[in-house]
Amino acid sequence: MSTGWIPVAFVAAMTLATIGLGLLATRRAKTASDFFVAGRSVSVFWNASAISGEYLSAASFLGIAGLLMKNGYDALWYPVCYATGYLFLLLFIAGPLRRFGAYTIPDFAEGRFDSPAFRKVAVSFVLFIGFFYTMPQMKGAGVTMGAILDWPYWAGIAVVGSVITFNVALGGMKGITFVQAFQYWAKVFAISLPVFVLASVFGGYGSNLEPNLKDGAPATNRDIPLKFKGPAAYPANVLKFSNAGPSKIDFPKGANASRIIPTSNAASKEQNDESTGGLYMSFDYTPENGINGLDTLKDSPTGQVQLTAPTSGILKSGSIPPNAPLNQTWLRPFGPLTSKHGHPLLYTYSLIIALICGTAGLPHILVRFYTNPDGRAAKRTTLWVMVMLGAFYVFPPFWGAMGRQVMPELYANSATDTVVIRLPTMLSSPLLGQILSGVTSAGAFAAFMSTFSGLLVSMSGALAHDIYGKILRPGASQASRLTAFKVSAVIIGLTSMGLGLLVESFDIAMMVGWAFAIGACSYFPLLLLGSWWSRLTKFGAGAGMLVGGFAALGAIVTSMLLDKKILTLEVTPLVRSLLEQPAIWGVPLSISLMVVVSLFTSNSLPKDVHLKMLRLHAPEEMGLSKDYIVEH
Amino acid sequence: MPSRNWEDLSSHDHERLARAVMKRQAGLSLRVAAVFVVIVLGLPLVNYFQPNVANVALGGFTATWLFLGVLIYPIVVALSFYFVKQSDTIEAECADWRKLLDEEPRS
Repeated sequence: MSTGWIPVAFVAAMTLATIGLGLLATRRAKTASDFFVAGRSVSVFWNASAISGEYLSAASFLGIAGLLMKNGYDALWYPVCYATGYLFLLLFIAGPLRRFGAYTIPDFAEGRFDSPAFRKVAVSFVLFIGFFYTMPQMKGAGVTMGAILDWPYWAGIAVVGSVITFNVALGGMKGITFVQAFQYWAKVFAISLPVFVLASVFGGYGSNLEPNLKDGAPATNRDIPLKFKGPAAYPANVLKFSNAGPSKIDFPKGANASRIIPTSNAASKEQNDESTGGLYMSFDYTPENGINGLDTLKDSPTGQVQLTAPTSGILKSGSIPPNAPLNQTWLRPFGPLTSKHGHPLLYTYSLIIALICGTAGLPHILVRFYTNPDGRAAKRTTLWVMVMLGAFYVFPPFWGAMGRQVMPELYANSATDTVVIRLPTMLSSPLLGQILSGVTSAGAFAAFMSTFSGLLVSMSGALAHDIYGKILRPGASQASRLTAFKVSAVIIGLTSMGLGLLVESFDIAMMVGWAFAIGACSYFPLLLLGSWWSRLTKFGAGAGMLVGGFAALGAIVTSMLLDKKILTLEVTPLVRSLLEQPAIWGVPLSISLMVVVSLFTSNSLPKDVHLKMLRLHAPEEMGLSKDYIVEH
Repeated sequence: MPSRNWEDLSSHDHERLARAVMKRQAGLSLRVAAVFVVIVLGLPLVNYFQPNVANVALGGFTATWLFLGVLIYPIVVALSFYFVKQSDTIEAECADWRKLLDEEPRS
């Protein structure tokens, strides 16, 4: 009996549970405060679960395991900084931000500087960062449904997008808080339980790392049919052979591998398929002789070919899969990820700064701190978020290490991103394999859905509360603001789905990196200095945010265009590293601009700035606290 | 002056109160942040300049993998726990703003 329907059933159950829980929680969401900040009454446990649930996105659930399998040690910085970035949030931002008592980050921006104009700058960044962050979630949904169900790319996007838009439009923040909390626990379960079952068969964390202590690279133990990508997927269409051992790929007759680069003898290979026993052609690579038939590669220690059309092929048993990094390079620090431009230490530091400061600058996460009853609860919530995220982030690297030993073939066609979905199918029982694959697929779905719903609430909040309620129609009634929220949710949901369709060929991790770097260079400095430096002016804050945010964006986009070879520009490896990882200069640039411009515009400080600073930091027991926004 | 009211405070009093609370909290935050920064920015230096120490084998893991992949999470949670406890103590000390204001220097 075919078991292919099992993962689909799991995904369907997760989707239905999301709709059902959303409807249940929605019954209790009535007022504007319920919609925007869940009545400021979410308990520490539920809020921490909801923040963690919202935060663990497609990049965390699928991306980290794949990135680690591909790059080894260096990729550990991603989960570590995603989790420990909350320490900075706890130390410097969580308490003050909640005590200010706004609804959204633009409220904070306006209230802190008495400047409605600055609200507009802040709103534009909420939408800007939000859309950059929704695109990879949409892509994750499209790709996962393609992998498990063979659905077209747009179908996964349409399903995830509509379900979540429906939920958010109905229940706002209160509707999704409970759903996101549930989704955190679903994700922890989905990433941990299958790995324990797999470990009982394939060995624990340590025993999957141990083979990497020796030279060489993992080899396949059976013939494996694979699909290879065409030039549209560059650089995923490159097959790079290493000197660790032999590799053999047969392309069956009729396969569409019509052209390869370098082309030398490939053309002649195409024509003599009779002499190769029905094979269209075959790459038979050994470190000594290069690739059989491709003369130009014989002298080079690592052969490399580029497929110029999508094709299928069979990776033969005993092969070192192309693109697999060598054991030592993979296991040790400063491997392929950070060494690619020749400045590994600089690259590592810049990555760490981007991820840690970026975590403290994501508006859709920050807005959740307003759902705490008070500043003390906000700090406790952050502590629990770190416990919950740590419990999750220990596992994805384990998946990556196990994938390297058990499914090295994923390297060959650059499919390491699917390791969490596909590794369970390596179990000898197809039924158990499909069930566990269903569990991880459902977990991946929970990841897109919870992150997208958080983004949707924060962006709809910005549109309905900040733009409609504060800028367009300041006197709008509660009822009309609620309607505005629902209309905004639908508009932004549809826009996100549309944008998702455009980004099929972009990397999930790369797009998330954009959002983090922009957040690190714009919101993080605003919140840090806004909470701790009374002399920050609206001009200083605005200049730092705009210049820092756009400089980071410009650098990243330039770097991406260089990667895709759309832009050809001679830059030194140092400049190249700084373009790809801009946080190491972007964060200091933004902070120093804020300081310098503020000192020159000190006459624009609000008159009651000291009272504002006091409100930000005064414990509730003092009896001085007052929410910036109170519903009457 | 036990009968002082919140409404009677001058802007200068607000400044002094804010300074009193902030310097206590900032001192704690900076101390904890310093420990974290030393760990996170120090580890790449150890990896870079002392690779033999970083890559020593420990039950299948290397030392640096075991640290960054597993041990760092409980360490950071312990730091956060310490911060939240200390921060609560500071807030309890700051609860009486009249006392706080009297202790804070005027300038």
